[in-house]
Amino acid sequence: MPDDGSLHYDVLVIGAGPAGLACAITLKRACPSRSVAVLEKAASLGAHSLSGAVIEPGFVDELLPGWREEPLDIQVPVVRDQFAYLTSGRAWTLPTPPTMHNHGNVIISLGALVRRLGARAESLGVEIFPGFAGAVPLWSGEGALAGVRVGDAGRLRDGSEGPHFTPGVDVRAPVTVVAEGCRGSLAKELIRHFGLDRGKEPQTYGLGLKELWQLAPGRSRAGTVLHTVGWPLPHETYGGGFVYHLDQDRLAIGFVVGLDYHDPDFSPFEAFQQFKHHPSLQGLFAGGEILSAGARSLIEGGYGALPTLEMPGGLLVGDAAGTLNVPKIKGVHMALGSGILAAEHLARTGSPQGFDEAFRRSPLGRELHRVRNIRPGFRGGLFPGLANAAFETLTRGLAPWTLANRTDWKSLRPKTAARPGSPKALVRTLPPLDRLAFVDFAANRHEENQPVHLQVADPGICISQCMERYGNPCTRFCPAAVYEIVTDARGPRLQINAANCVHCKACDIKDPYEIITWVPPEGGSGPSYANL
Amino acid sequence: MKILVAVKRVIDYSVRVRLKPDRTGVVTEGVKMSINPFDEIALEEALRIRERGEATEVVVVSVGSAEVQTQLRSALAMGADRAIHVETGEALEPLWVAHILHALVGEIGPGLVILGKQAIDDDLGQTGPMLAALWGRPQATFVSKLTLEGSSARAVREVDHGLETLDFDLPAVVTTDLRLNTPRFIKMPDIMKARQKPLETRPLDAFGLDLPRLAIERLEPPPERAAGIRVETVAELVTRLHERGAV
Ligand SMILES: Cc1cc2nc3c(=O)[nH]c(=O)nc-3n(C[C@H](O)[C@H](O)[C@H](O)COP(=O)(O)OP(=O)(O)OC[C@H]3O[C@@H](n4cnc5c(N)ncnc54)[C@H](O)[C@@H]3O)c2cc1C
Ligand code: SF4
Repeated sequence: MPDDGSLHYDVLVIGAGPAGLACAITLKRACPSRSVAVLEKAASLGAHSLSGAVIEPGFVDELLPGWREEPLDIQVPVVRDQFAYLTSGRAWTLPTPPTMHNHGNVIISLGALVRRLGARAESLGVEIFPGFAGAVPLWSGEGALAGVRVGDAGRLRDGSEGPHFTPGVDVRAPVTVVAEGCRGSLAKELIRHFGLDRGKEPQTYGLGLKELWQLAPGRSRAGTVLHTVGWPLPHETYGGGFVYHLDQDRLAIGFVVGLDYHDPDFSPFEAFQQFKHHPSLQGLFAGGEILSAGARSLIEGGYGALPTLEMPGGLLVGDAAGTLNVPKIKGVHMALGSGILAAEHLARTGSPQGFDEAFRRSPLGRELHRVRNIRPGFRGGLFPGLANAAFETLTRGLAPWTLANRTDWKSLRPKTAARPGSPKALVRTLPPLDRLAFVDFAANRHEENQPVHLQVADPGICISQCMERYGNPCTRFCPAAVYEIVTDARGPRLQINAANCVHCKACDIKDPYEIITWVPPEGGSGPSYANL
Repeated sequence: MKILVAVKRVIDYSVRVRLKPDRTGVVTEGVKMSINPFDEIALEEALRIRERGEATEVVVVSVGSAEVQTQLRSALAMGADRAIHVETGEALEPLWVAHILHALVGEIGPGLVILGKQAIDDDLGQTGPMLAALWGRPQATFVSKLTLEGSSARAVREVDHGLETLDFDLPAVVTTDLRLNTPRFIKMPDIMKARQKPLETRPLDAFGLDLPRLAIERLEPPPERAAGIRVETVAELVTRLHERGAV
């Protein structure tokens, strides 16, 4: 260890999600003598992991031989696929689109998978550091990425050093693998710095909310997977619900909405809660108990928006790059696969150079290319989107065009022009009744006295422009009620309840003035998801 | 002087604790676990004493499954010199733990044993006092300030009617209250150093204990709190309080 207190590794991975851990495991297997470190902002592995998750298990078999014999906390094979179009009163069963067939797939908890992958990585000699977030990139003399600086701990709200101030160390490596998942804060900076998105479609995102329930005995039909479109979303809004029946009377239920929605009054939280009250679903919950809840954004730009995956000194893998397969709503196998591919590339060549091409030529790259036009096809609304999806699926993506994306933060209509949002709301009785109750189930842990990690470049705009034009949509799209407009003697102002933040990144994506920047709070802050 | 610190792995304070559907225990799968916060304070105090030059070695011990090694590694990263893991798959009651600690005290010969005043999972607060009784040495519980002077110590305790100051001789048992100190942050380089520090595992059987066990019959969740009501005026508040016989 050199005297300046910095740490040195051969390869540094940012983020202990499926992408980062698959990369670390594969690299250590191929080159046991190379030192590999993984930084993770959650206090323990899997505590910030939230996913569906119905996964294609091929890469898990590769990474964790024998994993099926020793089941994860949640591990249920899919036995039945259902697809439904909802109206406020009814569920119409539709044929399941080919991209959503789940034969051979497994419902898991991403958190449980991450813990297992982490144990495997550590047994191979990977050094994992939970509770340490990569805060800022470090540069080499030649301008290449040279590692990251870990965030400080013990700063006070005003940024000054508190009594327990502990400066973040520099972690240096010739190659840094950025695996932060959707809307990574370092990835965002690096993509901008190196112009990795030059000539690509704009990136687009969705926001997913999820709850895990313990149902009354006998209500869950283990292995049934239901996806819905339609109500409570207006047709112009992309999204839908998922209901995964687990064993031991457990149920995973969630709702995903495209963040290119138009109505500034729209509330993703409210839409999710409405969805749970649909007449075809509400009965499931009687006598049940909610166990855990949270939210996370998804990256939906697909192949067209995929940035260049390599830069001097670094690589992007998984959802930090945007490898999620949107029509399948599956990102876990893509994240695992891209991590493995990156490790194989580094083992072979020792440098990031050439990884972008290697990925695009791989079966994973081709998979993404095939489905590139399906999500953008929903720009015109649900039915044209479904028709386009059918066309693209039949022609296996061979059409010579690539449909354009639209930028999420530009998509809001001004308040006055907004069409009335969702159809008439149902009276809600199921917990959680409001967003504060919802975050309660995320089990957040956040030192209140630290600097606010949601940086608003000019809070004046919130009052002078946004309030009038959009009615402060941040107070509605944030699933954790972090943003509030409070009025005191000096008039209205934006109040940020940072301790509620569940790190979904929706505000960084959707705020219509692009003035909110999410930066990692003190390491270990944030939700403690149990098996989401 | 050596200091022995006992740490327990517990469900993290941020987690909503839930009963298993069959009510035989609480759900721990997928749940975040941490060092009992009062034990972390105990360790911090031991480290500060050593850093002041009043102790030479800090030994941490934890009793439990292989998973407690995660907490022991954190304790080593905070600064403990070595760790002892007493391995057992069972959740042991305070009397067992006190006997184990007593045996280790005989072997290590510490001048001070510091424990949390209670563990936040069962809130029993018995292990420290039981150890003091078995060992036949003084104890200071719920300590919010501790100073050492040669072979004696002065502790300020938080009690119902205020603060109480005790003077006692070492060796002794101290249990910590929240206000004693604020534990330090763990630094990344110290996590790496902790991987090199000695962590010794011993089976519970090696202690040859034969003690009675308690059986948990059933657990019940606390009754749900009824929702509050909002009153419009002070007069209404008074009326409502009268109705409920509260005034
Ligand atoms: C609601 C929802 C449902 C989904 N359903 C499915 C499904 O059914 N099937 C499927 O296959 N996929 C599904 N996905 C997608 C899937 O979860 C993701 O594609 C996948 O998790 C991406 O893996 P990743 O490793 O790239 O990122 P992540 O899983 O997001 O992991 C990134 C990790 O990096 C950490 N991190 C981020 N920034 C930093 C930093 N600066 N420093 C340190 N650590 C950092 C994070 O805490 C996190 O642990 C779903 C996603 C959502 C949100
Ligand atoms: S503040 Fe931003 S990142 Fe945090 S929960 Fe709200 S929308 Fe998500």
